[in-house]
Amino acid sequence: MYGEPIPGAEIIVQALIDLGVEVVFGYPGGAVLPIYDAIFKQNRIRHILVRHEQGAAHAAEGYARATGKPGVVLVTSGPGATNAVTGIADAMMDSIPMVVLTGQVATHLIGNDAFQECDTVGITRHCSKHNYLVKDVDRLGDVIHEAFYIATNGRPGPVVVDIPKDIQIARATYRKPAKIEHKTYRPTIKGELADIEAAIELMANARKPILYTGGGIINSGPQAAQLLRELQRVTGFPVTSTLMGLGGFPATSPAFLGMLGMHGTYEANLAMHDSDVMVCLGARFDDRVTGRTDAFAPNAKKIHVDIDRSSINKNIMVDIGIVGDVGRVMEDMIRIWKSKGLTARKLDDWWGQINQWRARQCLAFRQEGSEILPQHAIVRLFEATKAREPIITTEVGQHQMWAAQYFGFDKPNKWLTSGGLGTMGYGLPAAIGAQLGNPNALVIDIAGEASILMNIQEMSTAKQFELPVKVFILNNEYMGMVRQWQDLTYEGRYAHSYSEALPDFVKLAEAYGWTGLRINDISELDAGIKTMIETPGPVMVDCRVAKLENCFPMVPSGAAHNEMLLGPEQVVGALSEAAQALV
Amino acid sequence: MSKAHTLTITGIERHTLSILVDNEAGVLARVIGLFSSRGYNIDSLTVAEVTHDRGISRITIVTSGTPAVIEQIKAQLERLVPVHSVADLTVQGPHVEREMALVKVAGAGDKRVEALRLADIYRARVVDATTSSFVFEVTGSSEKVDTFIDLMRELGLIEVVRTGIVAIARGASGL
Ligand SMILES: Cc1ncc(C[n+]2csc(CCOP(=O)(O)OP(=O)(O)O)c2C)c(N)n1
Ligand SMILES: [Mg+2]
Repeated sequence: MYGEPIPGAEIIVQALIDLGVEVVFGYPGGAVLPIYDAIFKQNRIRHILVRHEQGAAHAAEGYARATGKPGVVLVTSGPGATNAVTGIADAMMDSIPMVVLTGQVATHLIGNDAFQECDTVGITRHCSKHNYLVKDVDRLGDVIHEAFYIATNGRPGPVVVDIPKDIQIARATYRKPAKIEHKTYRPTIKGELADIEAAIELMANARKPILYTGGGIINSGPQAAQLLRELQRVTGFPVTSTLMGLGGFPATSPAFLGMLGMHGTYEANLAMHDSDVMVCLGARFDDRVTGRTDAFAPNAKKIHVDIDRSSINKNIMVDIGIVGDVGRVMEDMIRIWKSKGLTARKLDDWWGQINQWRARQCLAFRQEGSEILPQHAIVRLFEATKAREPIITTEVGQHQMWAAQYFGFDKPNKWLTSGGLGTMGYGLPAAIGAQLGNPNALVIDIAGEASILMNIQEMSTAKQFELPVKVFILNNEYMGMVRQWQDLTYEGRYAHSYSEALPDFVKLAEAYGWTGLRINDISELDAGIKTMIETPGPVMVDCRVAKLENCFPMVPSGAAHNEMLLGPEQVVGALSEAAQALV
Repeated sequence: MSKAHTLTITGIERHTLSILVDNEAGVLARVIGLFSSRGYNIDSLTVAEVTHDRGISRITIVTSGTPAVIEQIKAQLERLVPVHSVADLTVQGPHVEREMALVKVAGAGDKRVEALRLADIYRARVVDATTSSFVFEVTGSSEKVDTFIDLMRELGLIEVVRTGIVAIARGASGL
């Protein structure tokens, strides 16, 4: 008795409404026309028409990352699905909750090389958290609900639901399921108390402790960032963060050592290296973080809190592994710490050492003359916008690392970047998604001139939906990060890393109905930034910066944390073949 | 006749895993793909539905790797959505492993008689016979099956098909 049977397409839309979905990023095509018609006939869900399916997936990621709600994508079969794959893989690597609905050819045509057929579940099997091919309309409603459950519970990730066209047309009764209890998927949320007790024991006796925090703090929700502050306050430990974790702990706190890893700060990396107790909270010992694993923090007892058991002991063997939601585990840690009557540790020697490392001022740069240093541009952008707590997205390259180094984040969900996959072209669509989820926020994509071209078509989307995103291009006329590696490894042979034949970004902006601005030198920088912020609607800024600047500090691939390069004078120009083989 | 399959050649161990999965489309591809995409070994793999009413299949995988790799394999398998449980029979204690092979042998005269005699010793059953050939069904540990096949080589071995290993823990309790 669940009412009249309705077509699959209407089941989908009704399920999305029941799930609280407000925005869908999509692009129509033959295999999803019934769903588009169902969307046309309602006004609860807003459909955002992108200009390329990769843009839809990144926009959904940006929406998810900035709001904490799952992003939703709707694309057609064949090329629609394959175009979305990069965004799906990106969401997988960065644990972003996302549900991707793909059209598929009718069930009787599957396997026949039908027009616009591709094996979507096959292609996405290993770059999604889970996927479904729905062959029975009676299962459709439940599958959609289950897909959201899996995307958002445990370690978040993308879930693909492939829906043949005949299933969109066939009828079934739909009912909103009661609370989903998946028959096999039961993530562990609460950590083992005995392990947490053991961790506290180590922490209480540490002399050189460090909290190494990651994207899990953001994924766990805003309360996790609060709990992290509290944990730091009660323990007195220094804090470092991965690229994905920035904003999980206030950058303005004196306890914050900055980002760690390949382009992390000197103090963060050396504190990791020298620590005697390392508490990893929602991070995964990625190779960009650890450097040479056999030389990674050799004297540290390691505690690892992760919701995904497979992350524990994957890259680095730890002493205590705690499977659970990082927020819940921190809550227990704080409670046990307090119940033992422990107070904030003084750790004078440790802080003394850390402050010596800090005194190296590894991020210092000298802005001289009229040519703008990219680091300086980011510092000025930060100063001009911080009061508005902007949401920053990035593309991939040097500009991304400089943004991570020089833009301070005090709150979660403000920093959106492609960390694991490192996808050029992420920033603009992610900014569009973030802006949709936060209509009043200042959203800025800090971009490189090469990356921005990879999803440039999304300027049209921003125009259509009147999204006032700002794109701030650090235009060095190079794929700077590639050029930097060529400096480091290939004696400066710049094979195809020069950005030849660039468009005139100001005219390009105007062609898309945006405002275009150019900042040529230091005298125009602050005024240009001000104009960008004050101009209503979308704005693209072509900020000309020094062409050959490289990003430091740097732990080269295959080096240990205490073998950092602090400046260009340390760049040798050639690497061993073993080191060359690493990415 | 169970034995601890713990070869410690350069720290590489051989483990037999029993995995209960939902018998849904693509589940085997997910499991096999996990092994290939992460570079794990599959020494043997068998799969069949074991509880029809609940639609659950049991996969037996024999794999090898360092203890850390084996731990990763189990954690990665548990992460797959349709996986109910992963049991490491090698770690859990004594268990029985069996494999079946169908072995086709062609020949005449003494060789034919000798093949039949050896089959008897190995408790292999004749499941097909012509005047010039036999098909034997042999069941047992992989080593026993290996040995039988090796013996048949001299006696006119034509082809072999093997099921791969199925395994179950000894004693009263189940997965
Ligand atoms: C889709 C994709 N292709 C290639 C790369 C490799 N890659 C990493 S950074 C980079 C150059 C980026 O240049 P630009 O956007 O100008 O940024 P810059 O490093 O100059 O700041 C390239 C090609 C990538 N990360 N993503
Ligand atoms: Mg560039």
